[in-house]
This record gives sequence, structure tokens and C-alpha cells, in this order.
Amino acid sequence: MTIIDPTDAVPAQRPGDHENTGPLLEVRDLHVEFQTREGVVKAVNGVNYTVNSGETLAVLGESGSGKSVTAQAIMGILDMPPARIPQGEIRFYGKDMLTMGAEERRKLRGARIAMIFQDALSSLNPVLSVGFQLGEMFRVHQGMSRKAAKAKSIELMDRVKIPAAAARVNDYPHQFSGGMRQRIMIAMALALEPDLIIADEPTTALDVTVQAQVMDLLAELQREYRMGLILITHDLGVVADVADKIAVMYAGRIVETAPVHELYKRPAHPYTRGLLDSIPRLDQKGQELYAIKGLPPNLLKVPAGCAFNPRCDKAQDICRTEFPPLVPVTEADGTELPGRASACHFWKETIHG
Amino acid sequence: MSEKTIERPTTDEAAIAKEIEAEEKAAARQASLLRDGWADLRKRPMFIVTSLIILVLLALAIAPSLFTARSPFSDGFCQLQNSMTGPSSGHLFGYDVQGCDIYTRTVYGTRNSIVVGVVTTTATTLIGGLVGMLAGLIGGWADALLSRITEVFAGLPLIIGGLLIMSIWGGGDVWSVSFIMAILGWPQVYRIMRGEVIANKYNDYVTAARALGAGSWRIAFRHILPNTLAPVIVITTMNLGVYISAEAALSYLGIGIQYPNISWGVMISDAQDRFLTSPHALMFPAGALSITVLAFIMLGDVVRDAFDPKMR
Amino acid sequence: MGRYVARRLLQVIPVVIGVTFIIFCLVFALPGDPIQALAGDKRADPNIAAILRDHYHLNEPLYQQYWHYITGVVTGDLGETYNGRAISEIVSERFPITLKLGLTSFAIEAVIGVVAGIFSALKKGKFIDNVVLISTLVLISIPVFVLGNVLQLEFGVNLKITPVAGIEKGWPQSYILPAVVLASTSMAYISRLVRASMMESIRADYVRTAIAKGLPTRRVIGVHAMRNSLIPVVTFLGFDLGALMGGAIITERVFNMPGIGGQLAQSVYLRERPVVVGLVTLLVLIYLVANLLVDLLYAVLDPRIRYE
Repeated sequence: MTIIDPTDAVPAQRPGDHENTGPLLEVRDLHVEFQTREGVVKAVNGVNYTVNSGETLAVLGESGSGKSVTAQAIMGILDMPPARIPQGEIRFYGKDMLTMGAEERRKLRGARIAMIFQDALSSLNPVLSVGFQLGEMFRVHQGMSRKAAKAKSIELMDRVKIPAAAARVNDYPHQFSGGMRQRIMIAMALALEPDLIIADEPTTALDVTVQAQVMDLLAELQREYRMGLILITHDLGVVADVADKIAVMYAGRIVETAPVHELYKRPAHPYTRGLLDSIPRLDQKGQELYAIKGLPPNLLKVPAGCAFNPRCDKAQDICRTEFPPLVPVTEADGTELPGRASACHFWKETIHG
Repeated sequence: MSEKTIERPTTDEAAIAKEIEAEEKAAARQASLLRDGWADLRKRPMFIVTSLIILVLLALAIAPSLFTARSPFSDGFCQLQNSMTGPSSGHLFGYDVQGCDIYTRTVYGTRNSIVVGVVTTTATTLIGGLVGMLAGLIGGWADALLSRITEVFAGLPLIIGGLLIMSIWGGGDVWSVSFIMAILGWPQVYRIMRGEVIANKYNDYVTAARALGAGSWRIAFRHILPNTLAPVIVITTMNLGVYISAEAALSYLGIGIQYPNISWGVMISDAQDRFLTSPHALMFPAGALSITVLAFIMLGDVVRDAFDPKMR
Repeated sequence: MGRYVARRLLQVIPVVIGVTFIIFCLVFALPGDPIQALAGDKRADPNIAAILRDHYHLNEPLYQQYWHYITGVVTGDLGETYNGRAISEIVSERFPITLKLGLTSFAIEAVIGVVAGIFSALKKGKFIDNVVLISTLVLISIPVFVLGNVLQLEFGVNLKITPVAGIEKGWPQSYILPAVVLASTSMAYISRLVRASMMESIRADYVRTAIAKGLPTRRVIGVHAMRNSLIPVVTFLGFDLGALMGGAIITERVFNMPGIGGQLAQSVYLRERPVVVGLVTLLVLIYLVANLLVDLLYAVLDPRIRYE
């Protein structure tokens, strides 16, 4: 198996997969909670989503919305304890990873499901050369020799467009610029051509100009390998160009899902609308920028009813008492809108009014 | 994580208001860090236990006569015919080689150990803290110069340096021993203080305070100093035990506290030659010393757990 | 790396000069007449005093005296005893004993300390962690000379497993118990340090990355977390050497070993000032050199320092 061979990129046909069927990744009713000194923090409360091969799902939310915790649960890198997964399933080609043995799970990590972290400087080991850290993927998962692994590392660094890769393979993370470090993280995730990549705020720590380059690179490589991509972000600007569909999270729940462009055109949840309105736009120059009032909820005491109600300018009494389930969103005349759902009592007013 | 999508100030006034708020928040956070540390500390059983032990030790140090009817300084306190007699009722710890009552001497030795520990620790904290703060705040040539001077003092390890100085100047009482150990010990506090000051100097809230026109002294005392306190408190508490132990070691080598002053180290040293035949003369002062050091080290431990922001 | 080494070497020079100058001032620039001090309570013979004054360059200005002292130190001349025996001779005779003791104890504290620290960190809050925490507290609290005497009584006299004192049985029999005693405090500090830094690094982002890469736990801990945890330990070892030498003075006295430390303790007791000064100068120089080596090792372990 070579690394850069697009013909080998149809994941469902990999050996050993025949007994497992189903979409690339399916998260069902996932709950995650943390035991803390102050009490049990319910970080994720029944999240559902599906990612298919070659598809990009953007998960959007503020810090504390549970978007990163969900990703870590999928990767199996939550610290347990204090974390606990009381219920839910995470199916990878139909097989629930939560019931797998530790060793089986480990072999999937890095090889079939890889993750790109937000802060490449702290996420790369400061005392090991990047060549060592890249080559480790091949040495551990494929039993390659040190030398062969190094050649592979150089190849990978070339692939993510790091100039003078052969000369820099023995350099250490702090010797690279922020953008280059993030490319190394991407190279590490791509190393074994995984079926699914989870990118947790991959560009947040970067300069705006570099952000675009890194996003483009990621999108390009994803198309080339036909990988599934979960892009976790709080930045709606990043999402528009690369994502196929979006899931908006708030207080550990998905509050809206939609194909990407529909969400921008017609949000069906006041929270999504607030996020969209707070993006600065050139045609509104001189006007005051909108901001969602208040702070994200304390997960120890999530408000009753709709968790967003204290910050919502459309909140009614029902929002303070009744919890709104995620329901399919339709046109005003009842025509189905595939892939769309909202968890708001007043989704109709939000999308149509 | 810096997620700024939601809140974006639009005007300069808003920005300034936000900075003022940030500055106040930082100061409040510091105060609360110390307060939280204290609140946390009070709840720990280990803290209560060590505090009780230390209170007893303090009582022994302040008023030894409350704990024993005899005085080691009175005539006829030592009776040679009692030399090395083992423990008996009335003389629970037995007698040492000179025929002195070990219990009384151990009780009276507490004061010197505690005083040496407290004085040395206070002196190292003051000298090291002050010089370290100056080096960190001024920076540049002053920092370079002070750091080189510190390295020279740090080049003399505690016991070896103490051995040299005291073998020349002579040891004697608690004050000279404390003085010499303080001279050798302050570089440790200096390093911590300097490091903390430099680390805090470039924090955002200090930059903000400076941008708002806060004076250097105000910044130093309101913003930088409070942030450095927790690590200094931790090292200070730990050092109490370390210096008590070091004094005993120097006295044991015959150069620390000397006759007629009473020191556990000297008592252990005197008892050592006959330890194999009558261990009691060594075990009682050694036990007192170990318990004292243990109490202070444990106190340092629990203080660190409560105050170290990294542990929270 | 080359620049770092050069800078570090340059930095150590003023420190060596400063430390030796302090030692020099303490000893030679004291008020009072050192020749009279030599003679003790007797009245010094003026003729002999004049010869001695000349011999010790006491008529020359202070900086020249310092120059004689420092060139002596550099060329291996540490002065002589009152009976005219070269101190360097004493050193060459006794140093191997102290070196053997020191290295044995260094090995004990490093191996046991690191292993105990790692286990303790990985099993945080479990039984083994508590055992390590409590035993390190006890070891730190019991002064070396107390522990030495107690173990000597127990293992040497009562159980007769090890020699009671002296070095007649040679290495390792005669050295093992003193080395354990000497190692005890540092061993405790090292295991606590390893525990703390290990707990910090297993929470670090790069360890999370290593797990996400699908590395086996053994490799995550052994390669990724360990390498970073050992950096503070290496720093500690340099500092610790000073404590180790101080401890050796006490341990050699307790176990009656004829090493440098035992000699030093004896010379302090007998008030042989030149021997004390010569040996202390030697130990301090060893300490400074060892610290320099530790700093260089630190740079090898941590590339961020190297390329600064």
C-alpha cells in the first residue's frame, strides 16, 4: 500500500471490512459527562450525526458546546475517568467502536480515523523531531524500518507543501512557523490515508492569510483521497467553502442541521441566526455589529426548557419550560427540506418569518 | 481557546472599558486565587494535623518550662553517675553520656531548631524575593549582574559552604547559623521570584495596565507581586523543614550550634559514639527532629497542593 | 548547539572566579594574623613567621595573593596541611572512595527514584501512589545521619547483612548500605519530581496526539511522556550533586569511610583549616563542572534550549 495513490482511496473496499456495512461514521444518541468536584458536567447530551466517505461535516459551536468532546469521544482519546459515556453508539462502518476492545480501537486510531488538533505547537512533541513524529505512524502501524519511515516522512512533508522537506525533516516543531506546523499535523493525520479525518479548529491558531492556505490544502487532500472530514469550528467564515453540511451545537446538543448553503440563506434556529449576524460584512460598514447577548450556559446548571432561552430575543414562556426536540424543517407549504432539522419551538417563524 | 466570534467591541471606548475590566478581573482573580487556596487549605485534614503538630512545637519552643520541671541550665542538672542510663519513670528518655536528662534537653532543643528554621527561611525569602524582584523588574544589565552574583552564591552548596564558613568563623548560636545558611540559601528564592516576575511582566493584563497608564510601582505591587506570591509561599513553607534539617546536620558535624546552646544535632552527634550500645540517647532527639521536619515538609506539601494554580 | 556550549562555558568562568574569590576572602583576607593563627596559642617565632609570610605570599597585595591561590587551584595544587603534606596527595588517595560511594548512590537514586515516580504518577490515587508518597515523606524527613545510624544498627549489628563500618570488604559490600543512606533523600525528591512532571506531561496536548496516532500505551508513556518528564529531573540532578557531596561528608562520618567527606569532617573537627579550604575548593569546582555538564545534557534533551 502506498501512501499517495488515489486509486487506493475507496475505503469501503479495504480488506477486513466486508463484514461491516453502513456509513463511514454514525454517531447515535451520544452522551458524555464529566465527573468534577462541583458535580457532573453533562458535556454531550444525545448527539446524532452521520458522515459518508468524501463528505465534509462542519460542527459549529462556541466553546463548551460539546463539539470537541464529541470528536474526542469518536477518537477514543477522552480521559476516562473523569469522562464517562453513559449511553450512545459510535459506529464506524456499522461497527460500534464503544464496544470494541482497547487494542482493536487503538489500531483504528491514526490508521483509519485521524485527528488534526487546533494548536500544532502544543500538540506536537517539542523534544522529538518532526521526522520522528511523522515516521512513527509507519513504524508503529506498518512495522517499517527507521530509514524507510524517514523517506516516507519526507514524501509526506512534500505532499503538504513544506519547502525543502528533505532538509527540514530532522528539525523540531518550534523551528517551524505556525502554518508549517499545522501542515505537519495534517501530514501526520494523512500519513496512513485514513477513512475519516477529524479536524478540531485546524486554523484557529493561524494568521488569516495562512488560514485560507491551510484550509485549501486540507480540502484538496480530502477530495483527492475521498476521505470523510469532520471540521470542528466556531468560525462560520471557514465553513462556507469546504463543508457539505453543517451541524450547529449548543450546550451539548445539536440545535440545527442543514446543507451548508441553505443554512447561510435561511437559518432555522435563532442561535444560528445570531451567529450569522455577528459575522462582519462589507455591505454593513459603519453599522453596529450584532452580538449574541450573554454567555454560553454553565453546563452544571443548564437552563430548563431550551438551553438557549436566556440569550434568545424570541424566547417565549414555552421556551423556559419545554425542551424543544430536534424536528425536521419543511417549507412553509410542508415540502420536505432534506437534511434540515431544528431544535426550536419557533423554527417556522425563524425560517419563514 | 480564543473564540471571539460572539463578542466584538466596535468602538474605542468599548475597547478601553474592556481593558479596564480585564485589569480589574486579573487583580480579582489573583486575590481569589489566594483566597481559594486558603479556603481549600483549611478543609484538608493533612493541614489540620500538621498545624496541630506545629502548634505543639511552637508551644515547646516558646515555653519549654511548661513541659518539664527541670532546667538544663541549672546547676546539678547533669549527674555523671547517670551517664547513658536508659529510660525510666520520671526520666522517660533516659540520660545522655554526661548524665543529663534527655527529655529536658530535647524539649529545650526545640526552640533552637524552630528559630533557625524560621529565621533562615524568613531571611532567604526576603533577600531572594527582593533581589529577584528587582532583577526581574529592571531587567537588562541589572538582571545580568544580579544573576551572575547569585550564581556565585549558588555555587556554594549549603552543607559544604556552611562547613567552610563555620569552620573559619566558628558557628555558635542560632543567629550565626541562621545568618550563614541564609547567605547560602537565598539564590533559590531569587530564581523563583525572578522567573515569576519575568513571566508575569509580559502577561496581557500587565500590558493592559501599562497601556492604561498605570505607574511602574502600581504595576509591580498590584499586578506582578500578587502573582508571584503563591510559588514563593510554597517554597518558603517547604524550606522551613529543609533548614531545620540542615542546621541539625551542621551541628552534627560539630560546626553549627555549639555548647552551651542545645541542639538536636549536637545531641545526636554526642550520642552516636555509643549508639550501638545505648541507642536511646540518639533515638529521642532524632525522633523529635524527624517529626519536626516531617511536619513542616507535610505542611509545604499541602500548601503547594492548595496554592499551586497548575494543580487546580 | 556549538553556540550554546560556548556561551555556557563563558558564563561559568565568572562564577568560578567569583566562588573561588569568596573562598579566598573568607580564609585569607580575614582580619588577624593567619601566621599567629597557625601557631595557635603559642607565640609565633618571628623568624619562622617571616619565612612563612614569604612562603604564603602574605606580603604581597591581595589580588596577587588571589592570583597565587587560583593558579595553584588550576594546576592542581590545593595547598598543604600543617605538617607539609600536599592536599592533592590526600585527594588522590581518598577521592576514589568517595567517587565509588557517590556513583553507587547516584545510580540507586536515579533508578529507584524514576521508577517509583513513574508508577506513582500512572497509578495516581491508588495504593502504590500512596505508598510512594508516604515513604518519600518519611525519607525526606529523617536526616541522613539518623537514618545512617539506624540502618547501621539494624543491618550491620543486628542482622549482620552488611559490614558495620569501614571499607575493608570493598565494593559493593562495604558501599551498598552507605550508598542507600546517602541516596535516600534525593531518591525521595526525584520520585516526587518525576511523579509531578509525569502527571503534567501525561495531560499535555502532545500526549493526546500520541494517543490519537494509535500508539500503544507503552510507547506513549515511554517515548512521548517520559522524555519530557526527565528534563526537570536532569536539572535537579545537577543541583542535587551539592546535596550529595554534603551528604557524603555525613555518611562517610557515620560509616567511618576514609573518603574526601570523612577527611573533611575530621579536618573540621581537628580545625585543620588549610585542608578544609583545599577540599572545599575541590568539591565546589566539581559541583560547578557537574552543573555545566548537566546544562549541556539539558540542551541535548530539550531542543528548544539548543536552538535559542
